[in-house]
Amino acid sequence: MNKNAEVIVIGAGVNGCAATYYLAKQGVRVIVLEGSDYIGNGGSSRNGGGVRQSGRDPRELPYAMWGIRELWPTLSEELGADVEYFQEGNLRLGKNEAHRAKLQSLADKAKAVGLDVRMISGDEAREINPYLSEEVTCASWCPTDGHANPMRTTLAFFRRARQLGAQFYTGARVAAIKTVRGQARQVVLTDGTVMEGETIIVAAGYQSRAILNTVGIDVPMVMRNSETLVTEAQPPMFWQMLGTAAADFYGHQTPHGSFVFGGTAGYDTFNKFRPDGIGVPQTTSMHPSYLCRAILGYFPALKDAKIVRAWAGWNDQCADGVPVISPIDEVPGLIAACGFSGHGFGTGPAVGKLLSQMATGQELSVNMDALRYDRFVAKDRLA
Amino acid sequence: MNELSNRFRDIGEFVPEPDDDRIICRCEEVTKGEIRQAVHDGMYTITEVRRYLRTGMGLCQGQTCGRLVKGIIAKELGVSPTELESATARAPMRPVEMEILANEKGGEEA
Repeated sequence: MNKNAEVIVIGAGVNGCAATYYLAKQGVRVIVLEGSDYIGNGGSSRNGGGVRQSGRDPRELPYAMWGIRELWPTLSEELGADVEYFQEGNLRLGKNEAHRAKLQSLADKAKAVGLDVRMISGDEAREINPYLSEEVTCASWCPTDGHANPMRTTLAFFRRARQLGAQFYTGARVAAIKTVRGQARQVVLTDGTVMEGETIIVAAGYQSRAILNTVGIDVPMVMRNSETLVTEAQPPMFWQMLGTAAADFYGHQTPHGSFVFGGTAGYDTFNKFRPDGIGVPQTTSMHPSYLCRAILGYFPALKDAKIVRAWAGWNDQCADGVPVISPIDEVPGLIAACGFSGHGFGTGPAVGKLLSQMATGQELSVNMDALRYDRFVAKDRLA
Repeated sequence: MNELSNRFRDIGEFVPEPDDDRIICRCEEVTKGEIRQAVHDGMYTITEVRRYLRTGMGLCQGQTCGRLVKGIIAKELGVSPTELESATARAPMRPVEMEILANEKGGEEA
């Protein structure tokens, strides 16, 4: 077993695998340590596949937009595996005046940072997607949003990084990071194995909190359960990504024909789970019924589509709803990427590339100061 | 870490076999050769192969091909099938129409 590398990445989710790929592509030697037995076992394999800019916090938009402009369009070609990326726009649907006001406010904020997102009427939405019910009275429309296959994307980054020589270990649970002369240097596993690297990237979802705690750094986040389901294959209907002002469901149709839908029934967020992230996240019995009701209110034509599978996953919900993507000043050589709060998949390639730039001391393609780890202050001190 | 933790473990080169084009997962039409190639691409677990190729993700959810897929992956890795963790089974146990699921009350209100 090789225990030395230039960069050690903790966490083989989409962010960790993407960072590893972009590093390995430059010839950097990388070891990846994944705590579970599976590559991409957290939110990376369990999400709705949105690759969107609309509806995001303005702090996330610069790198989300950069990734969609620069990385996603050519990603399948670059990785040599189809990640099923579709850039056919995002419809965020509303059914009443309160929804319209919410969508308008989100659109205004996004427009202020240069995103093309506009309000349209219910009829205009039905011109884009003729399957929408008459209940829809307004929508926001972002033509450059889209969706991709999260499992294929994560595993395609893994596959290519591995071909380029990156060394992946699964079932490798991190006990602590150790510093040598003030620098992040060693990663100690629970079985006592010690790995050494010049730079350490922590991209381990909620487990990042405990790992960063071992060097005195804390990112305020909690674990949140989230549920998703999938239908049998249907004839091709539409390729837009969908969301709603009421946040009652989101989803899209995949090239396979199945529809992938997510959303929260209210209580599933607090479903029981193991805080160490081991094991299978449980689904609740009320969720599929709730979600089907929500979806059929917008898409009555889907009533005969059969649900074949429901599953759950964990979000690392950050206190202010956006991630930490940042070098740690107190521990030179340490970089954190966590707290993606349930919408980290679509930015995975961009975050991976930016992490590779941070790790190699290159100039960042996008300013990431708004995502620093030391931004958390009392609410009366917020700018 | 266990025997399959090291994704750099040497399992030899991919050698084509005469029946590589045989369909193993009938719902999703995945062949034996595709499964074997995925193992050589680093997918050492049933869960990763199914996420990568959709084996066992169709209408029958792997009830037909699950054992076959497990056997192929184990052989490619040179381990016993008992060393491989089976894929997670999930609700519903058989496909259910959205309209039926949406109605929790049943009976005359269905």
